[in-house]
Parts: sequence; C-alpha cells; structure tokens
Amino acid sequence: MSLLNLTAVELGKKIKASEVSVTEAAMAAFEEIEKKEEKVNSFVTVEKEKALKRAEEVQKGIADGIYTGPLAGVPVAVKDNMCTEGTLTTCSSKILSNFVPTYSSEAVLNLLDAGAVIVGKTNMDEFAMGSTTETSYYGATKNPWNTEHVPGGSSGGSCAAVAAEECFYALGSDTGGSIRQPSSFCGVTGLKPTYGTVSRYGLIAYGSSLDQIGPVAKDVTDCATILEIIASYDKKDSTSVKREDYDFTSALTDDVKGLKIGIPRDYFGEGLDAEVKEKVLAAAKVLEDKGAAVEEFDLSLVEYAIPAYYVIACAEASSNLARFDGVKYGYRTEDYQGLHNMYKKSRSEGFGAEVKRRIMLGSFVLSSGYYDAYYLKALRTKALIKQAFDKAFEKYDVILGPAAPTTAPKLGESLDDPIQMYLGDIYTISANLAGLPGISVPCGLDKNGLPVGLQLIGNCFEEKKIIRAAYAYEQTREFTHSPLTE
Amino acid sequence: MKQYETVIGLEVHVELATKTKIFCGCSTAFGGAENSHTCPVCTGMPGSLPVLNKKVVEYAVAVGLATNCTITQNCKFDRKNYFYPDNPQNYQISQLYLPICRNGGIEIETEEGGKKTVGIHEIHMEEDAGKLVHDEYGENSLVDFNRSGVPLIEIVSEPDMRSAEEVIAYLEKLRLIIQYLGASDCKLQEGSMRADVNLSIREVGTEEFGTRTEMKNLNSFKAIARAIEGERERQIDLLEAGEKVVQETRRWDDAKEYSYAMRSKEDAQDYRYFPEPDLVPVIISDEWLKEIKERQPELRTEKLERYKREFQIPDYDAGIITSNKHLADIFEETTAICNNPKKVSNWLMVETMRLLKEHEMEVEEIKFSPENLAKLIKLTDENQINSSVAKEVFEKIFDEDIDPEQYVEENGLRTVSDDGALRSTIEKVIAENPKSVEDYKSGKKKAIGFLVGQTMKAMQGKADPGMVNKILTELLQ
Amino acid sequence: MANVISDETIEYVGILAKLELSEAEKERAKKDMGEMLDYIDKLNELDTSEVEPMSHVFPVNNVFREDEVTNGDGREKTLANAPARKEDTFEVPKTIV
Repeated sequence: MSLLNLTAVELGKKIKASEVSVTEAAMAAFEEIEKKEEKVNSFVTVEKEKALKRAEEVQKGIADGIYTGPLAGVPVAVKDNMCTEGTLTTCSSKILSNFVPTYSSEAVLNLLDAGAVIVGKTNMDEFAMGSTTETSYYGATKNPWNTEHVPGGSSGGSCAAVAAEECFYALGSDTGGSIRQPSSFCGVTGLKPTYGTVSRYGLIAYGSSLDQIGPVAKDVTDCATILEIIASYDKKDSTSVKREDYDFTSALTDDVKGLKIGIPRDYFGEGLDAEVKEKVLAAAKVLEDKGAAVEEFDLSLVEYAIPAYYVIACAEASSNLARFDGVKYGYRTEDYQGLHNMYKKSRSEGFGAEVKRRIMLGSFVLSSGYYDAYYLKALRTKALIKQAFDKAFEKYDVILGPAAPTTAPKLGESLDDPIQMYLGDIYTISANLAGLPGISVPCGLDKNGLPVGLQLIGNCFEEKKIIRAAYAYEQTREFTHSPLTE
Repeated sequence: MKQYETVIGLEVHVELATKTKIFCGCSTAFGGAENSHTCPVCTGMPGSLPVLNKKVVEYAVAVGLATNCTITQNCKFDRKNYFYPDNPQNYQISQLYLPICRNGGIEIETEEGGKKTVGIHEIHMEEDAGKLVHDEYGENSLVDFNRSGVPLIEIVSEPDMRSAEEVIAYLEKLRLIIQYLGASDCKLQEGSMRADVNLSIREVGTEEFGTRTEMKNLNSFKAIARAIEGERERQIDLLEAGEKVVQETRRWDDAKEYSYAMRSKEDAQDYRYFPEPDLVPVIISDEWLKEIKERQPELRTEKLERYKREFQIPDYDAGIITSNKHLADIFEETTAICNNPKKVSNWLMVETMRLLKEHEMEVEEIKFSPENLAKLIKLTDENQINSSVAKEVFEKIFDEDIDPEQYVEENGLRTVSDDGALRSTIEKVIAENPKSVEDYKSGKKKAIGFLVGQTMKAMQGKADPGMVNKILTELLQ
Repeated sequence: MANVISDETIEYVGILAKLELSEAEKERAKKDMGEMLDYIDKLNELDTSEVEPMSHVFPVNNVFREDEVTNGDGREKTLANAPARKEDTFEVPKTIV
C-alpha cells in the first residue's frame, strides 16, 4: 500500500508518532506526481526542491513543538490562483505565465503556520472561468477515473491531484461551484465555506462577491480539519467575517437524528441524469434511515440563478481583470505602437477565449444604458434567491441535492456551447449568490465507473450541520479510490 | 453682439492630511524615492484587497459638516473603470451612488460686496492616482505609484458661479475651511488642492444651461482665472460663428493660454460604475457623527470673534490674521509665548506682509518660528534694540529663522543707553553742525530731526532714539 | 435571437475592455453575447420592482484601518515583476503625444 492511500489526518498522526518522516511523506507524493502527471496534468508548477527543504524545516518544527496541529508535515497542493511568495502563480493564464508574487495569500499563510508542505500549484480553468479545466493555458487536466473525461472545474487540478493521490489534500476556490462540481466529478470531498470564512487576501479575484477558498480532500474528516486551519478572520480582507465558531471537527459525529433535510423538487427535474438522480436519492434514504427527517419541498427561482450569476460574476471579472495590462507584472506583447495598442495586444494575446468572452459580457452589462437592466436586475434577483434560501432554512437544517446534473463529460465536448456548459452549474451557483456553505461528497459511481457527488447545502455559518450530515453518510460508504491509484 | 452669462461649477479634489493611504498602510509623505511608498494594495497586485482608513471618513465628514452638507449615514464605495497607467487596478475606488456628503453650500462675498451662497452638490471619497513622468524626447512615460491611493475628497459644487472672481472667492473660502479643519494643507501648486472647471455660457436672461466643458490641469488661481476667460471667449466665438459647444474634457495649457480637447477614440468615457464588492458599507451612527462634531476645531468666524474679544485686536487686523490658518497659528503660538498680542499682530500685519509681497511668497511658505518672533518682541519691549534694528533682525528671522538674541549679540546691535557714551557723541554732533544748531535756536524746531539722524548714524543705529532726542533737547537749551 | 449584437457594439466593448478581437473572434463574440443576453433576459420574468439590489450578502459594515503607517520601503517588491523597469519606475509607452 502506498503512503498516499492514507487520508491527510491519518498521515498527520503517523508523522506525529514519528512513524513517517515529513521528508518521506513529501518524497512519496513526488513519486506519485512523477508517475501520474503525464496522464493527469494536475499541476502547473511542482516545486520538489523547495518542498523537500521545507519538509526538513517542518520536521524540526514538529520536534521543537512549533507545529503541533493535526496536519503538520502533510503535503498539500494549492490551486494556482492563490498567491505563493516566491512561487510562480499563473491562474493558468498566459497573461500571468511569468508572475512570481512577493506575498502569499492568507489561506496559504495559515497552511504554513500549521506546518504544511506545499508540493506545487494546481491547474485550473483560466482565471477560474470554466467547468472543465480545459481553458487552462497549460493544457487540460484529465479525470483520474477515466482520463478521456474532464475532471470538472475550475478547481480541476486540485480535485484530480487528490483523486489521483498525488497529494494528500488540496486547496480550491469556488465562485459558482468550482470546488463542489470537480469534487463530484473526481470522487473526492470538497467544501465551499460560508462567504467570508476563509480570507480572500491573495486569492486572485474572479467574482469578488462570490469567491471563496475551501478544502478538497479524501473524506469529510480531512475537510473539517483543513477548514479549521484555513478559516480565519483577516483584517486585510474587509469582507472577512469574525465567526463565533471555528471548531468544525466537533461536528464529526455519526449522528443525524432529528436533523431536518429538505430536498428541493426543483433540483430533480429536467436535465438531471437518471443515474445521478438515483444515487443522490439513495444517499438521502441512507440519511433518513439514520434518523434524519427528510422531505421534499419547492425551493423556487432555481432557473434564475445562472443568468443572475453570469451577470454579476462577469461584471466583477471585467473590472477585476482590468489590472492585467502589461504595465506592472505579467505578459506584455512584444510588438506595439503606443499605449492603447500595448494594452489591447497584451490582453488579447494574454487571455484565452473564455476569459475574453466573460470580460466582454461583463463590460457590456455595466456599460452606459445597460447597468439598470442587467446589473441591478441581477442584484435584485440575488436578493430574491437569498430570501428563498432564508425561507427554506426556517424549515430545514440542510438542503440535499446533486452537485452536478451529470457525471464528468468527455474532454472537448463542453466548450463549444457555453450556455450548455453554464447550465452544468445549476445546483451549485445559488449557494455562491446567497453566500451559503456547501459540500460535495462521493455517493457512488455511474455505469461508466465515473463518480457521482452528493451536495449538502447549509445555512450561513452552519458548516457544522452539513459536515455532520456528510460525515454520517460517509460512514456507510465503502471508500473507493480512482483506478489511477491502484 | 449678444450678452452672455458664464455659468461655472467646480470639481475640487483635495488630498487629505492622513498619515497613510486610503486603503493600505503606506505613507503619504512627499519626497520618498520613486515607488518606495507602495505595497501590493496601492499597486493593484493580483489578490490584494483594500481596507478603508477610518481617518478618511472622519475628515470627509468634518468637511461636509463645515460646508453645511447632509451626511449620508449609510454610504458605499463604487468602482470607476478606466484604463490608464497611473491607475494600477485600471479602476478607481470612488463613490457615485451614495457619496458621503450631499446638499451643502458655502457663502462667498461677491465683488459688489454682497453675499452669495454657492451650493455643494456632493462630496465623495476616492483614491488618488500615481504620477506619470514623460520623457520629453524618448518614447516612454514612467510610472511612480507613491501617490497612488493617497486619500482624496472631491467636492462638487452646483453651477452657481458666474465669474472668475466668484470662483476664486469660493476656492479661497473652501481652502480656508479645510485648512482650519486640518483636513488638508490645500496647496494648489503642489497639487494637494486641484480644481476642474465646468463652464458653459448662455444668453443673459435665458433659464436653460448651455453645453458645458470640463477644464483640467489648473494649478494656480491665476491659471484658473485665465482659463475661465479663455474658455468663455472660445465658447462665445463658437456660438457667434453658429457652431455648437461640444461636451468634452479639455486640458488647459497655462503657458500657451490655450486649452485642447483630451478625448480620443480610445477613451469612451463610459466608466461602468458598480458597487465595490471588496469594501463594506460605511455606517455613520448618530453617536459617531456627534463625536466628529464635538471634535470640530474652531473655524474662522469663531476665531475672529475670539481674537477681538480676548486680545482686543481691531476687526480689520483680526480679519487678516484669521484669513489664513497658518498665519492664525503663528499669531496664537507667538502670543502664547510673549503675551503681547498687539505687537505680534503688528509684526504679522506690517513687516510679514511686506516681505511676503516682496518675495512673492504665499502665507503657507512662512518658515519662521513663533519662538524667534517672540524673542524679537521681548528684545524691543526691553528696549534692548531700537525699531530700525528690530526690522533688520526680523528680515533675518523671516529669511533664515535665526535666533534674534544670538544674532543681536554676535553683531553688536544692542542699543546704547549708557548716558555718558551718548552724551559725548551728541556733544560731538552739536560741535560739527553749527548751522543746524543755529536753525534750531532761531526757532526752526524741525532741525532737531537732522541732529538726531546724525547721532544715530554716528552710533551706527544702535542708540535709543527717545533718549537721543531727550539729551539733544537738553543740551541745546 | 432577440438580442442582435452589432459590429459597433463589439467595437465599443472592445475599447472599454481593451480587447482587440480578430474577425473570427468578433463573429463568435457577437453570437455568444447575443445568446447570453437572450438567456439573461429570462430575469425579466421576475417582478423585482419591490426588491432592493443586494451587493453584499451579509450586513457587515464599518471595517476600518487605523491611520498608522505599517508598510516600509516597498519598491523592490513592487517592481519585481515589472515587464519594463527604468530605475525605480515602470516604463510604459508614452501617454502624452
């Protein structure tokens, strides 16, 4: 058995007990990376030398009592939209293909404080815009369960790296489902926390009001443990929230008695794959059998989440991505006449098609004469969606549904029809609009052997309820590794 | 030719006197090496986030209160999107939808001696841009982000002004208020106060406004006056020629006394404002508002009344001294040391003003310390130096802020009040000027002036003129 | 398709966004944007006349810094990734012609 079959928490215990050294753990990860990267392409950057040096420091830190946490010494991969001081941070874009930040994101600093060893930066859809990790400048990441399929996106690299057991856990980011959907496609567990729980400082923004960093891991225990490490109130992020509770692992109890679970009928209509539906409802049954009160209800407004999301996210993105202009950092075109030509050429050559598409749309909806009709309309719709969730959470502790309407599509099938691709985010997007926490937990395989994800959505600041439900469900599930790990 | 009326509104940008920038902990101090006062936030690095400087809100509220504005107790920031290399994020964090202050106004005195209120439409908070230096012969411009993120308030007036004189009266009044609040030093030359002029013309008697233009790059009152006159004439010429005024932004070149349109096809002037998602709303509670009100320093009118009451300074003098915060500060600090308000006022009103005029300096440029002026006043009070020596010493204080006691000592300027030494000099003067003595004795009393002058000359100015007069009169009897 | 995007609109948005599209990209952008706007128009089915636009989901407000200098000389870090650096400044094509 490979060391990489262990969960992050299991490895952490072995390191603490001096059964495994931090260097051994890191070396094991690099061995797997060297073996599998060619097939999966989870990483943009792998930093072996730096990581091995860090492993020695951490080992010493553990001995000196500096690193005492549960994941001290455990190798981790970080999505390439989080700044890492001294390490290339590209957002999988040509425009940042030479960008080495001089500062680290707060989430990464929290990892380092906990004794993490970063093995590399994971591939993603360019600027987190996409659902397949095919829009990366560094080539598509493949699904470890079947390399002819996409891993989902935009945190496809992080999810594939965990599924392929190239690392023990990873950080992803979720703007419209970018942690939960690829977690579902890759058969791993991914959690998007309540907006404001993990600092966005150093996360290269896509949609600032929607972006949230979260863990990608092998199981719920790992997810809760990682979240305890990365969640923090950060004075550098004005939208960071000072929470009352950070003890997410206290919810790891195999007990859902009395938990009220609502299943939105609207999530099980047209467009949902029959096999996905069957697996998700079977999972609901498991929770019911364990004592949860499960019932169906009408959430409403589900079909309006996607259009509202694309207006808001693209508008914010058009502004957030304006800073990439060839002046201060990143790519500058070689040949230009004058300032505006330099701007236009650098940006047109530096951004890929999907990014340009969203910047154009976002610029348009904010432009003179359209702001009220599109942008304000979307913000009003967002308010209505939030109200619908508020109403649902008056009755239920947890909302249960699929993470995605299908299992992972084949490579190359999605990008030609953007709207069809956007529709794949239908179950995840509204949690971002309303700021809610959500988790995707593997709940079986379809007939092609591709994983299905169960999504549990909680009310704001109620991660513990979804962790509890997810953990209880997980206890009944036979753990499956992707074929690539065997 | 038809009679035209000029309609003017101003957009005044004022750099606030905070120690740090509006959204990060970088210093706002002038004079650092290029890009030394920068960090990821004020250079638009990916992933950086703004956090609002509380002091900016307090200064903005203070200015709003002092200009009779309504404070928006729930205000928000918006992004203004446009590409320019001095704007590192290619958006400026500003306020459009809910600016912090609205609906104010200040009273100005018109040329005819009347009073008039200029309305303030709004005041909003925003960040300043970096600095561009243009290589005259090369193909490049150079960007320095030290000023990027320095806090600004933009004060937008109503189109209530009708002449350059009114504009300058408004600006002077505004500057005085802001300086008194300590919210900014408001130096036009250094750019800590900048005014953009919105100007249109209309036929006298019409209600409707004409098409306006916006003029930028005005960095002195004189430039503003010239630009207003130039733009007024340009617009009249257009209308008289049957052409139309185009709504546009123009840049004033004060050397050429000419403005030119700044617009190019690459600037759509469509700023795509939307609420800044990285900043949360600012709620100004009644308590906070009350606190800021209570901390509000004494403004000019109050100070003027107090000077008259407390120091018995004449109305005219008090008016001049309080017309500038810096001058009033010097007055108060000097008076606090020497306890002689009349003399302090006198030095400021007469000699200081004379020297400022002679050197073509602004009041803000006064460098001397209240301590040295107080020492000088003490020297004259004690008759240690006479008034002509005092004037000479003051010039030194004004130029180099010298210590007057030390200077008088080192240059041997102390008044000679030794009766014996004076008496022998005067005896000598009498002996050498028999004609004047004769004149005096024959009733031409004015002749004594010449003899006093001769004595002072012989004493190299260091004699007490009163004593000279007294001894002369005595000896001539 | 209800929303027909003209060449002028694509040109105009290109100026706003500083993007220069090839002819093929322009055609594609016209089609994509039109389809997206048609899809977004679905929002008009909702009566939102009584709803306040919501930009922040949580009622967090008044997050401030104190006015204290916390940053030192940042020039080397600021300039570390500059595509064109001249001494301690960023070099850009001339902005005034």
